[in-house]
Amino acid sequence: MSKTYDVAIVGAGVIGCAIARRLTLGGARVVVLEKATDILDGASKANSAILHTGFDAPQGSLELTCIQEGYKEYEALRGQMNLPIDRCGALVLAWTEEQEARLPALMEQAYENGVEDVTPLSRTETFALEPNLNPTLRASFRVPRESLIDPWSAPHAYLLQALLNGADLERDCPVLGGQFDGRHWTLTTPRGDIQASYVINAAGLYGDKLDQLLLGQSSFKIHPRKGQFVVFDKMAARLTQHILLPVPTETTKGIVVCRTIWGNLLVGPTAEEQEDRETANLDHDTLEMLRTKGAEILPALEREEVTSLYAGLRPASEYKDYQIKTHPETNMVTVGAIRSTGLSSALGTAAHVGRLLAELGQETQSLKDPDVPQMEMLAENQTRDWQCPGNQGILCHCEKVTYREAIAVLNDPLAPKSFAGFKRRTRATMGRCQGFYCGQTVQNLLDQKGLEHD
Amino acid sequence: MTDTQLNFDVIVVGSGPAGLSAAIELKRLGVGSVLVVEREKHAGGIPRHCLHSPYGMREWNRLMFGPAYARRLTQDALKAGVDIHCETTVTALKPDGEIEVSSNAGLQTLTGRAVLLAMGARETSRSALLIGGTKPKGVMNTATLQNYAAFSDDMPFKRPVIVGTELVSFSALITCRSHGIKPAAMLEANTRITTRFPCYLTPKAMGVPLFLSTQIVQIHGKRQVEAVTVIGPSGPDTLQCDGVIFTGGFRPENALLRSSDFDLDSGSLGPKIDQYGRVREPGYFCAGNILRGVETAGWCWNEGRKVAHCIVAGLQGNLPPRTQVDISAQASGSDHAIKFSLPQAISPSAPKAPVAFDKLQLRLSDKYTGNVVIGTTTHRISSKPERRILLPLPQSPFSSKALP
Repeated sequence: MSKTYDVAIVGAGVIGCAIARRLTLGGARVVVLEKATDILDGASKANSAILHTGFDAPQGSLELTCIQEGYKEYEALRGQMNLPIDRCGALVLAWTEEQEARLPALMEQAYENGVEDVTPLSRTETFALEPNLNPTLRASFRVPRESLIDPWSAPHAYLLQALLNGADLERDCPVLGGQFDGRHWTLTTPRGDIQASYVINAAGLYGDKLDQLLLGQSSFKIHPRKGQFVVFDKMAARLTQHILLPVPTETTKGIVVCRTIWGNLLVGPTAEEQEDRETANLDHDTLEMLRTKGAEILPALEREEVTSLYAGLRPASEYKDYQIKTHPETNMVTVGAIRSTGLSSALGTAAHVGRLLAELGQETQSLKDPDVPQMEMLAENQTRDWQCPGNQGILCHCEKVTYREAIAVLNDPLAPKSFAGFKRRTRATMGRCQGFYCGQTVQNLLDQKGLEHD
Repeated sequence: MTDTQLNFDVIVVGSGPAGLSAAIELKRLGVGSVLVVEREKHAGGIPRHCLHSPYGMREWNRLMFGPAYARRLTQDALKAGVDIHCETTVTALKPDGEIEVSSNAGLQTLTGRAVLLAMGARETSRSALLIGGTKPKGVMNTATLQNYAAFSDDMPFKRPVIVGTELVSFSALITCRSHGIKPAAMLEANTRITTRFPCYLTPKAMGVPLFLSTQIVQIHGKRQVEAVTVIGPSGPDTLQCDGVIFTGGFRPENALLRSSDFDLDSGSLGPKIDQYGRVREPGYFCAGNILRGVETAGWCWNEGRKVAHCIVAGLQGNLPPRTQVDISAQASGSDHAIKFSLPQAISPSAPKAPVAFDKLQLRLSDKYTGNVVIGTTTHRISSKPERRILLPLPQSPFSSKALP
């Protein structure tokens, strides 16, 4: 294989997917190279699935700009692509006198970040909205536009739109090396050489490593920061409407309790620095701590069953802000250290990268009438396939995934190549029984399609 | 659903031993239309994939394997005139026997003059146990393992560890050994195995080491399980293995009840019933392992049959109204020893009202020797956890006819 592209994007996380869409719609011939068996397999596979307004982002940061541009574009796109949103709003909760004293400053920061619809709430007003909160609560403020989205259908939609409009995706395709000859890059991969005029580094947890590999150096170092989560069943999601946020500390935004777009409830993440870029180990005591923490915020959570566990790695660096850099002499853009807001900022980050590439001289004609993919709707607050005729029956009972949904995903141009990829696209086996009922049936279905076990 | 009939005398939710035996009995007692709805592709419930004995002794005095037992029950039901709709999932329970179901036809509402809930139980997952480590392939419950054994050509591992020593844990062990799988070990967190003794010989006989007082804390492996970290009497240790089977810890499959706001027992996690198997919500009855984790197929079969008699009495207007007189068992020596007792409520007796639950079913969460107080009566018990304990129901002022 030796193909020539305008742009090669390394990494099919949420950022790589969004950039692929942006550049393809801009008329570029794009290839996305992903080292894992399926897309969204690194930092993007585990997050808290929130669409942020940027109310608490660092003032004047590139992160804030990208989040806010990304938020707007998601709003514009979601109707066309059948992507869900649950505008539940967030509450920043103060449990101590010290925390309460910090609320005005946090609201001031929100105003300065252009999030002007935040409203302070007394204890009584907070309980009117969230009666299940621990009675020791003192005060809060509300951020109405903080929302829940589907962290997987969104990036799938972005990349799928790129693929439908001419982009290529190579999976199991790590970049092993590269040469720039003054006009073109030649990237070495196990699937052959890839030629491209421009290279975008969207390698997430390996962002610094890829810069070193291609440029000989990196201006930042990735410090993986692990986040563990516990997920409760649908009944627990009845306990709260809002995204429940703590008052942040210097080092972390703290542990969030919120519903998911699929109608479950999650508690997390932790923030644990580690060297390992591959493995996010779950730890029993930490999971117990999360469970306890959740029950401190919503006491009724004490009696609820944990249905699933997950842990992810954020590609944090020594810097607070995103590390997005152009390398004009080598036709490359590094999109690094997208530490924890990638899902919210992806579309904005992609637009920003599009502008940077134009500055580097990358010029193409925007597509006139691009194809727009329609995603399967998995959100609990929307009509789901199991409620519709012709669904071919339910495959996964806990998450009510139908055979029709599963088969559609398996025949999609962006069909999964792994069990994990299938789960991310459908949610099968991710509910309360964790595969007790459907685990083997799902495996059978995937075996028939020749999917890899993982 | 292909049928257009939406109203039935009785709708049974779940086609395991309790649901099917109730349906057969209802037809035998002359009930006009009985519909069983089952969300899986085939009727029969859990026994469908239990490739071992003993099944069928209580029912037909025959020693059978699970799949044959499930087939026999299904055939008997069809022969008796029961309608069975598979791939039909109940998604909501509404007042007065209205149930919302999802099938290939989309959503429909069916109505039963009475509805029997027999959704069964499931095991506790790795996630619910908050077990640390990675999430590789090869971690599952017994039911999933048995599904592989019954319905797949490939087994998911060759040398797993089995976590737990309940009856079902030995079922997992037998399934493994009859499918060319040699478990690396059997682990039990307590100082003794949970189930009764004949099984105690089984791991040894099968060459599988049994580690007591040993807890699993971490699962390792990227794609497939590679090892587990355990903490035993002599401290932490690593066991090489390629799978983990989390067995037992059965709990009622109660999500539908919870989402429909049924009143649940915080001990059994099942619905609260009276001696006729009725829940608080009018028109709804329960039988089988939805009431508790867990009893044998034969026990559930018998329970379904008995509740069928109460349902018929109800349809004929012979059941007294359900009153919320709670009965509960208190262990005088310990606050935590009693996991649950059922029935949870006692309604008045009536001459034509057969009693399905004529004994109080008691389950301990800890070993306990001492007095148990039920209302005004006191019983002395001595038992290990998770064993079946039956005590007399409190005296009722009216006479009632107990079923055989």
